[in-house]
Amino acid sequence: MLLLECPNCGVIAEETEFHGGGEAHLKRFGPGSSDQDFEGYLFQRENPRGVHFERWRHVTGCGKWFHAARDTVTLEVFGTYSAQTVEPPEDLLETIRAKRPGFKWRDIA
Amino acid sequence: MSSRLAGSGRRIDRSKKIEFSFNGRRMSGFEGDTLASALLANDQMLMGRSFKYHRPRGVVASGAEEPNALMGLGKDARFEPNQRATTQELFDGLEAESQNHWPSLEFDVGAINNSLSRFLPAGFYYKTFMGPRAFWKHVYEPIIRRSAGLGKAPKDRDADPYEHLYAHADLLVVGGGLAGLTAALEAGRLGVQVLLLEQGALWGGRAPVDGGEVAGQPVAAHIADLVAELEGLSNVTMRLRCMGAGVYDHGYVLGYERLTDHLSEKTGPRHRLWRIRARQVLVATGAIERPISFAGNDIPGVMLAGAMRDYLSDYGVSVGDRIVVVTNNDDAYRTAIAQKEAGLSVAAVIDARLAGGGALAQLAREAGIRVETGRAIAHVNGKKRVTGVAICSQAGSGAVLEEIACDAVAMSGGWSPAVHLWSHCGGKLSWDSERAMFRPDPDRAPTGADGLPFVATAGSASGALSLSEVLKDGRYAARTVVDRLGLSMPEATAPEVWEVEEIPMAPIWTMPEGATYKLRSKSWLDFQNDVKVSDVQLAAAEGFESVEHAKRYTTLGMATDQGKLSNINGLAVLSQELNVTIPEVGTTTFRPPYTPISMGSIAGEARDEGFQPLRKTPMYDWHEANGAFFEPVGHWRRPYCYPKAGESHADAVLREITAVRERVGLLDASTLGKLIVRGPDAGKFLDLIYTNMMSTLKPGRCRYGLVCDENGFLMDDGVVARLDEHSFLVHTTTGGAEHVHAHMEEWLQTEWWDLKVHVVNVTEQYAQIAVVGPQARQLLEVLGTPGISAEELPFMAWADRLVGGIPCRIYRISFSGELSYELSVPAGQGLALWTELMAAGHGFDAVPYGTEALHVLRAEKGFIMIGDETDGTIIPQDLGLNWAISKKKEDFIGKRGQMRSHFQDPDRWKLVGLETVDGSVIEDGAYILDDGQNDKGQRNMQGRITSTYYSPTLKRGIAMALLKKGPERMDEVVQVTKLAGGSVSAKVVDPVFYDKAGEKQNV
Repeated sequence: MLLLECPNCGVIAEETEFHGGGEAHLKRFGPGSSDQDFEGYLFQRENPRGVHFERWRHVTGCGKWFHAARDTVTLEVFGTYSAQTVEPPEDLLETIRAKRPGFKWRDIA
Repeated sequence: MSSRLAGSGRRIDRSKKIEFSFNGRRMSGFEGDTLASALLANDQMLMGRSFKYHRPRGVVASGAEEPNALMGLGKDARFEPNQRATTQELFDGLEAESQNHWPSLEFDVGAINNSLSRFLPAGFYYKTFMGPRAFWKHVYEPIIRRSAGLGKAPKDRDADPYEHLYAHADLLVVGGGLAGLTAALEAGRLGVQVLLLEQGALWGGRAPVDGGEVAGQPVAAHIADLVAELEGLSNVTMRLRCMGAGVYDHGYVLGYERLTDHLSEKTGPRHRLWRIRARQVLVATGAIERPISFAGNDIPGVMLAGAMRDYLSDYGVSVGDRIVVVTNNDDAYRTAIAQKEAGLSVAAVIDARLAGGGALAQLAREAGIRVETGRAIAHVNGKKRVTGVAICSQAGSGAVLEEIACDAVAMSGGWSPAVHLWSHCGGKLSWDSERAMFRPDPDRAPTGADGLPFVATAGSASGALSLSEVLKDGRYAARTVVDRLGLSMPEATAPEVWEVEEIPMAPIWTMPEGATYKLRSKSWLDFQNDVKVSDVQLAAAEGFESVEHAKRYTTLGMATDQGKLSNINGLAVLSQELNVTIPEVGTTTFRPPYTPISMGSIAGEARDEGFQPLRKTPMYDWHEANGAFFEPVGHWRRPYCYPKAGESHADAVLREITAVRERVGLLDASTLGKLIVRGPDAGKFLDLIYTNMMSTLKPGRCRYGLVCDENGFLMDDGVVARLDEHSFLVHTTTGGAEHVHAHMEEWLQTEWWDLKVHVVNVTEQYAQIAVVGPQARQLLEVLGTPGISAEELPFMAWADRLVGGIPCRIYRISFSGELSYELSVPAGQGLALWTELMAAGHGFDAVPYGTEALHVLRAEKGFIMIGDETDGTIIPQDLGLNWAISKKKEDFIGKRGQMRSHFQDPDRWKLVGLETVDGSVIEDGAYILDDGQNDKGQRNMQGRITSTYYSPTLKRGIAMALLKKGPERMDEVVQVTKLAGGSVSAKVVDPVFYDKAGEKQNV
C-alpha cells in the first residue's frame, strides 16, 4: 500500500485515503476535433514500465486533486505536485533524470 | 512409543496439569505444552490423514511449518478447521479433532486411494476428467467436491470479536529469537522507536535448544538478559504470539496477534490485526529445516531432526525410544546426542556424506553412537508407525544392506532461511552453493517510497546458521538499519561465544542417489498435498519445466503450509531432472501471509452494524415507528412502502399510488443529492457540466438537466434551481450525489481551474419533503402557507415560505406528474415539518409513500430513472431527451463524444413504452425478440425492458423499453420474452402513459 504526500494539504497518507485518476497531463479535445485526436484523448494511454505521471485525488482528506510522478516497477515516488499545470515542474524532472537517466514518457524526457 | 520423560522440558510447568480431548478421548498435558507435544506425550503419533491418498500422518515439525498435524479445534461457534497442532498452545478444555478421514482416524475408507496411487499421478485430474462433457456436472464435480479440502467449514457464526490496530515504528523487528533480540536491543539503546514481534509464546527462538555459550553463560541466560534490558526500554514495544504476516509496499506490514487462542476464558478480541507502518523492517524469522526424500519418509514417526530435539528439550517429550538419525549435515548429530543424553537409545546416525561429519559427529561417536557414512535409507518399515529402516548405500539404487529396528526417524536435509517476509515486497535471493540455500541478497533489498531499501534480515534468515554467526549478523543487521535511520551505532566488541564448529552440508535431497521408480514413488516432497519425487519428475518429463508450471501441475507447495518444507527439495529434484542448476530453476513467488490468518482478523470490527455506515434521514425514526418497510439505496435506508396491519407490500404500494393520484401523499426526499455551486463563473461552469443551458436560468426558477460523461453517456439527472446571480442549487439522484460532486470537482480542479466556482455537497444539511397530489396546495394552505398559488409560485419556480411557522424553501417540481411542492428545511427541522404536514394531512386522508410508489408514479409519467433506463452505455438521445441537449452551446462534457458515428446509427435501441395486449405485467429484464438467429444459434433480439410495473392508475401492466428504431414503430406489436418460455405480445406506445399534456403538474 503506497504512501503519498498530498501537495495541497501536506499530509503524508496511506493509499486508501486517495483515489487514482489515471494518466496525467492529457490534453482535452472537444467539439471540432478530429476523430483521431478525440480517440487519443479519450482512450490512448501510456503503460510504461518505469517512470509514470499520474493523477490522484485526496478523496478522504482535503478532496483536492494532484499529480504524482512514480516508478511503476519499484513504486518509488519521485514527487507530487499541483494539479493545476499542464506539465511536470522542471525541478522534479531534474530529480527524475538524475535517478532514471534517459527516461522518456510521451514527449517528456 | 512417544512419551513424557521425567524432569526436562524448559517450556512446560509440570505443576500445572491441563485436561484436553482429542477425537473425544480425554487426555492431559502441562501448561506450556503445544497440542502436538501433549499428543506425543500421550503416545498419539497418528494425527491426521493426507489430502490425496489418505495416508496416515504424524507430526513432522514443531512450529509454523507443520504440514501434517492439522486439526479442527473448538466446537460450534468457536470451531475452526486446519489449525496446526504445533502452534496451538494447550489450555484446559481444549477440544481437537483430526481431519480428512471417514469413519475414523485409525480406519479410513479413503485410504483406498493409497493403493490406487499409481493410477493417481500428477495431473491425474487434468488427464482423467476431460469428457464426456455431461459428466462434469453430474459425475466428476460431485466426486471432486466430496474428496477435496481438509477440514470442514464452520457452520455457525463466529462467536469471537476481532480488531484492527494501527501502529507506527522507526524499526519493526519480526522474530524474537537471538538475532531479533540482539538487533532490537542495539537499536533500542540508541532511542529508536522499536516494535518487536514474536510469533511464539517465548522469547529466544530455538537457540537454547541448540546449545552453546555466550559471554561465559548458557544461551538461555544470555537471552534472559537481553529480554530484561529490552523490557526496561520505554521506546521498545514487545509482542509475543504476534506473527509478522506480510510485508507490503512502502513499509506497510501486517502483524497477526493471537490474544485468546491459548486461553480457556475467551474474553475480548480473539485476534488483533496490526496494521503497521515502519520506516525500517528487520526480518529475523530464522530458518526452517528441510526433510530428505526417501521411501516412506511420511510414515508417522519420521520427523525433522530439529523438531525431535525441540520436543525433547522444550517439552520433555521423547518421540521414540530407539531412533535412527538420517542427515546430510552436522546439525542433526545434536539430536542424536540429545537423545542419548536423555537416556534413550540411538540405533544409528545415517550420514549420506561419504566423508561423514565434523566435530559433532566425533562427539556422537564418543557418546557411543553408531555412525554410518555414505549410507542412506532405502525405505522405512511400518504403516501407522515406524518399525524400522532399511539401510543402503547413498551412491546405489537402493539395494538393502541392513535392516535396523527403530520407532522413530529424525531426518535433516539442512536448513533454509525463512526469507518469506524479505521476498514479499520484492527482496531478491541469491543461491549460496556452499550452504545449498537461497539467502537474501542484501544488494537487492525491497525499496520504499524514497527508492531506498527498507527491509534487512538478521540471523538465520540471512543464512547465518551457527551461534556466533547469528550473534554477529544480528549486530550487523542492527547497524544496517540504524544507518538507514540516520543514526550511528557505536563500535563494541562482540561477546565471547563457545560453540561446536560445523563442516558444510552436502546437497543431497533424495536418497539413494539412483533410487528406483518404486522408491521414488513413495518418497514424499510435499506431505500435505501428497506430492512425491516421481510426480515432479513426471511433470518435468511432460514439459512443465518452468517452476511455476511444475508447481501448479503437481500442486507442490500449494497446500496450507505453502511448501515451507517442500519448496527447496522440489526445486532440487526439478533441477536435477532438467539438468540445470537450482538457481536457474528459481523459486516460486513468496506471497503473504506467512501462515494463514483468520478471516475474522481481516474483517476486524467491520461486521454486522459496523460493516458499513448506515445513512438515515432526519425522519427515519418516524418511518420506523409507522411501520415502514425499508430498502437500501446506497448507504441510505429509505422506506419502500408503509404497509398497514395485514397488508402486503404490493397492496401498500398500490394504495399509496392511488392516494397520490387522487388526494395527496408525502415523500421523504431528503436523500436527494444537493450541491451548492457558487461563484462568478457558476453559470458558465454548469453550462459545461450539463447538456442543456443553465446560465440563462433566472433566479427563482428551476430547470431539469442532464449530466453526461466525456463519452457522452448519461450519468445523472436532476433539477437545478438558481438561487441568485452567482449561486445554484443542483439536485442529483440519491445515489449520484457524491459521484456528481466528485465529477464537478475533477473538472474544476484539473481542467477549468481558472473558473471562479466553489462546489459544496449539502445533501445531509437539508431535509426535503415532497407534498404531492391534487390536494397538495390545500394541505399546505391548512398550515397557513402564503403565496403558493399557480400565479405566485408557478410550476418550475421556487420560493421561501413559512409552512406552519417553519421557514421552508419550496420547489415546485414534480417527479410524479401531479401538483407537487418539495419543501426543503435544515435537517434539524425535518422531523418537525414532517410531523406538522402529516397532522395537517389528516383531513385529506394524506398518506406517506415510499420508493416503490415513487417509481411507479414516475414510470406512469414516462420519466426516466438513472440506473433503470440508463446503464452507462446510454446517451440522452436514446431516451428521447434531445430537448434537453443544447444545440447553441459550443461545448459541454459529452458533446464531442455524442458526435461519434456509432451514436448516429439509425438502428440504435431507443426508448418507447410497451403495453401488453392482455394487460399483464412484463417480467423484469425481459428482452424483445427479433426474427432469426445469430451465428451462435441464439435468437436475435431487438430491444430490452428497462422498467416494468403494474399501474393501478391505468389498471394494467406498463413498461418502458429500449427498442430498435423504437419511436418510429408506434402501435406495432412485438414479442417479449418470458422466463418460463414463450413470449407475450406487447404494443409499442408513447412512454408517457399518464397525462401526456402535463396539465396536472402545472395547475
